[in-house]
Amino acid sequence: MNRTRNNPLADDLIRPLLHTSVWFYGAVLVLATIVLCGAAAWAYQVWYGIGVAGINWPVFWGFYLTNFVFWIGISHAGTLISAILRLVNARWRRPVTRCAEVITVFALMIGATFPIIHLGKPWLFFWLAPYPSAREIWPNFRSPLVWDFFAINTYLTGSLLFLILPMIPDFAVIRDRSSGLRRRIYGTLALGWQGTTTQWHRLEAAMQIMAVAIIPVAVSVHTIVSFDFSMAHVPMWHSTIFGPYFVAGAIFSGIAALIIAMAALRRTLRLHAYLHPLHFDNLAKLLLLMSLLWGYFVFSERLTVWYGNQPSEMAVFWATQRGEYASLYWTMVFCNFIIPVGILSFRRLRTLPGIVLVSCGVLVGMWLERFLIIVPGLANKPLSYSWGTYSPQPTEIVIMVATFAAMALLYMLFSKVVPIISIWEMKVGNQPHPALPADEEEEQQGLWRARP
Amino acid sequence: MNAVYALYDNPAAVQRAVDGLRAAGVADADIQIMSSEPFEEYEFGHKDSASWIHWIAGLGGITGLTAAYLLTSLTQQAWPLRTSGMPIVAPWPNLIVIFEMTMLGAILATVLTLFVSAKLPRRLPPLYDTEVSDGYILVGVQRTSGQPLGDVTAALEAVGEGRVKHVGR
Repeated sequence: MNRTRNNPLADDLIRPLLHTSVWFYGAVLVLATIVLCGAAAWAYQVWYGIGVAGINWPVFWGFYLTNFVFWIGISHAGTLISAILRLVNARWRRPVTRCAEVITVFALMIGATFPIIHLGKPWLFFWLAPYPSAREIWPNFRSPLVWDFFAINTYLTGSLLFLILPMIPDFAVIRDRSSGLRRRIYGTLALGWQGTTTQWHRLEAAMQIMAVAIIPVAVSVHTIVSFDFSMAHVPMWHSTIFGPYFVAGAIFSGIAALIIAMAALRRTLRLHAYLHPLHFDNLAKLLLLMSLLWGYFVFSERLTVWYGNQPSEMAVFWATQRGEYASLYWTMVFCNFIIPVGILSFRRLRTLPGIVLVSCGVLVGMWLERFLIIVPGLANKPLSYSWGTYSPQPTEIVIMVATFAAMALLYMLFSKVVPIISIWEMKVGNQPHPALPADEEEEQQGLWRARP
Repeated sequence: MNAVYALYDNPAAVQRAVDGLRAAGVADADIQIMSSEPFEEYEFGHKDSASWIHWIAGLGGITGLTAAYLLTSLTQQAWPLRTSGMPIVAPWPNLIVIFEMTMLGAILATVLTLFVSAKLPRRLPPLYDTEVSDGYILVGVQRTSGQPLGDVTAALEAVGEGRVKHVGR
């Protein structure tokens, strides 16, 4: 292994896989303990029944569904942003894409567990799958929950493949630079990749097609999640704006999560040479744009409800504006609009700590937004005899905290086995461009096609 | 199997080696180039770029669409339950399932085509060098045993920068 190397970038990006600090083990231990507490809480709920959660008539959707929508929203950080940047060939995307795509896969996996937790009887989950029961009854394809099943599984499959395919060349690099068991493991993962011109062309073509396919799928996923609400006659749910409103909110929270993950990676894995302030600045501008868009949607939704002045909707409206949910509502507005616009609009304030602070606020705000969409509507249904309240119970809180720990844990473990920045994509970004006259370039492009 | 290859540390040398091999009468199909990154900016990087992958992805989408249409409509007719005043075969909700399965079909067909056309997974063939992962670019020619490779060796050495290696003799 003492031969001359022509690939210092790979050395640098593989380094975190080969060297592990004691802090890493400590963090893994703490996070794994929290995740185990969450698993224990879920086991407790399964054993004693869904009654241990705070969901009760009339508020049957509480923390679990809030977290479901929240995590599915976070998943929009990765594949969607990565696919868009890949299609527009943004050069600054190269260190960002894998960090982002990983968020999608793990957030989707975590988000998808919440409806199962919410079922109370998780072993009946397969009833959603397109599989006939003993009486030959298939799932009801008119149900939004079945749409969720198809949308989430398509997005998860697509995102997983979108993440894994560009990892294959990097696995080959690790395979060739390691020995023993590690070489065998990465050799298996590399699938015999050699880096022939055919393999590169097919990989890039596949990534291009998947980028095109994954964008409408990502949009459809959160639109369909919004349909879970807008298809129901619950005050302030039955809205045509919910599809784009949810998608915008998902991208908004996704970018915030991506910024936090990138900042954490930059600091812990010392990736300052790859994750530049420029990357954070560009993402911050996107975050600002999404904040303004989010504000526009909230205003449109609120104005329409207020102008319509229907008693059932106004009950929810005032409960959130100045009633029992007002503190949460205004915290949401503060975190999602006032702080981002107030800080990110000014270049002097758009520093790395400032951007991370805003992103943390956006995550809080977007979680509150999901909660405020779900709970006040259910607690203030059209007839006042069905009004109620919701108080989250310790089981729900522990499970929710555990999912945040699970996200951090999975991300940390992933960054220990896979270069979190794509080696080959970074190298492509650093390639010098040979100076060729335009006519010669055109001629060379067609040369291979013309040859027999 | 009889092969000779050279490792170069820059794509310009690779281009000269490929041009030299062509001048020596080696067919494009016999020239193998391996690298740890694609080189779109160079002519040799466009070798084998023609592919049916886009069409096969479209075909996968059509297959997914057809499967979804049949799944939704046939199962709804198999046990006709009326829900919320919707028709038995409800086109609007079915469109959602059809859309998702269309995209899933296109994605799976793309990945399958990638694996088949890039010959993955496979065992690493003899014509490979782990120095490719160190950033070197391999240019080689493989022939069946007994066929001479002197002309190829001369063409690869003529570039003057690479290290020429032989496999299988």
